[in-house]
Amino acid sequence: MVKFLARRLLNYLVLVFLAASLAYGLAATALHPRANYEERNPRPPVAAIDATLSALNLNDKEPLLQRYGVWVAGVLRGDFGRTWEGDSINEQMGRRMWVSVRLLFFGVVLGSVAGVLVGAYSGLRQYKPDDRAITVVSFVVLAMPTFVLGTALAIGATWLNRTLGVSFLSITGESTPGLEGGFLVTLADRVGHLVVPTLTVALGQIAAYSRYQRSMMLDVLGQDYVRTALAKGLRRRTAMLKHALRTALIPVATFFAYSFGLLLVGSTFTEKIFGWHGMGAWFVDSVTRQDTNAVAAVSLFSAVLVLLAGLLSDVMYAALDPRVRVS
Amino acid sequence: MAPMASRGTLVLRAMIRSPETIGGLVLLTALVLLALVGPSISPWAYDQKDFTALLSPPTAEHWFGTSQIGADLFAQTVRGMQKSLLIGLLVAVISTALAAVVGAFAGYFGGWADRMLMWGVDLLLVLPGFLIISILSPRLRGSGFVVLVLLLAVFGWMLTARIVRGLTVSLREREFVQAARYMGISGPRIVLRHIIPNLSSFLIIDGALNVSGAIIGEAGLSFFGFGVQPPDVSLGTVIAAGAPAAIPHPWLFVFPAGVLILIVLSVNLIGDGLRDALEGRS
Repeated sequence: MVKFLARRLLNYLVLVFLAASLAYGLAATALHPRANYEERNPRPPVAAIDATLSALNLNDKEPLLQRYGVWVAGVLRGDFGRTWEGDSINEQMGRRMWVSVRLLFFGVVLGSVAGVLVGAYSGLRQYKPDDRAITVVSFVVLAMPTFVLGTALAIGATWLNRTLGVSFLSITGESTPGLEGGFLVTLADRVGHLVVPTLTVALGQIAAYSRYQRSMMLDVLGQDYVRTALAKGLRRRTAMLKHALRTALIPVATFFAYSFGLLLVGSTFTEKIFGWHGMGAWFVDSVTRQDTNAVAAVSLFSAVLVLLAGLLSDVMYAALDPRVRVS
Repeated sequence: MAPMASRGTLVLRAMIRSPETIGGLVLLTALVLLALVGPSISPWAYDQKDFTALLSPPTAEHWFGTSQIGADLFAQTVRGMQKSLLIGLLVAVISTALAAVVGAFAGYFGGWADRMLMWGVDLLLVLPGFLIISILSPRLRGSGFVVLVLLLAVFGWMLTARIVRGLTVSLREREFVQAARYMGISGPRIVLRHIIPNLSSFLIIDGALNVSGAIIGEAGLSFFGFGVQPPDVSLGTVIAAGAPAAIPHPWLFVFPAGVLILIVLSVNLIGDGLRDALEGRS
């Protein structure tokens, strides 16, 4: 199993390197940080702009390969370069990545666990009223892009606050600025800020996983080994959990890795809508600001997250499917 | 013995039996009609502004209300629907066709084309097409929506191609393909005339689902200002303009977003119904 995981890790590392290089190449050719300086008033002399851009490794008059070389050498040393205004990217990233991780962690855990459970339940109750209800709801949620779902939840939360006359659910930022109070007050404030964005991430996940898990469950329920498990006198619960669900989880583990990139794209919308200053929001702002190095850094970050998701899914795969461990 | 019904008739019958598919078809037809007829029944044009009614809620004059600058939301929404539906359809056709050809050739011939395809798919999993198009977007300003369609198609076909490849690998060993090969038919011809037609049910289903994927993708890009550019209007740009003010003025968001949801929902229902009918699962 260690050999299996090591081989996968090597494969992923090569992929991440290629993806990050591709992102850098695209960003360095498509974005134009020089324009930011040329728009300044009074307009700085060309030589001054060139000198500043060169110092930041952003000068489009230098060959792309040379800039790429400097960037790779920096990244290998753990230095992601500077923004077009000269700020350290590492510093921003160190702050912003945890914002994204805080948003994603609860959303992903809640989304995948609840999605699998809902889907398995739905499969066991095929065509009964509760299965139909789950199907209808998940179809509607799947038809909502993240930015529609997020905005709709924000409207809903505001309405709920107004109806109940409280202001527990907050839809801007991660915490109330300048809040005074002890640990419990701070915690409650954080939770109040976390609920709606987390739901935005989780609901889409629940809908997608439940559809997928349901169809996997239906495939498995007709198999001989489930009938055998029931025939040899196992209780239905044990047979379903240990024999049916366990097998039906294997493809879902792969789906987790496949869908993770899309999840990151979705969380970009969530961060922008709810004013979380995470990596996704930074990506959008950096593209708008033509900030090559920041765009490359976020792309690298998301590639690494996808890699971790892939590894996690491989571990789950190996844990669920004994054949991987033996061979 | 009664004459055997053709495959097409069987599929049609299976589709009509499922209420979801019928619902989806009716809904989509109604939406397409609205998109086509809407501009001519609306008293306002999408680029016209009514300075006497800024931020008006829905009224008899402005059916979906107006925006901060007095643009008529109904006219904007139907105009956006046209563009979104057109983009979705074009992207789905191009990307599914591309996926069918590349996937089938890679699966049939193997070799370096096959390896390149697998690597390309893996690469896109790590660096989603959405991010790539976003990065390229500053360069695309002023190049029109056709470029956007091509980009969405170029980054949308690889997952389908991977599945087509897998299906082709198993079809390659089937008798009818071997028979064709022993009759001396050339490889490319076998792929085009024997393999791809055999995958038609999968391709139709996937093509339908690619429509909704492309509409969502375009709307998402436009939401950030990376997609359709003004003066063009798509559902994404209308929603993006309305979303920040959605809490005090819900009509700015509810109508265009509702229409977007209905389009995606109807396309997904049809795609799912097609799957059940074509694959004989129900």
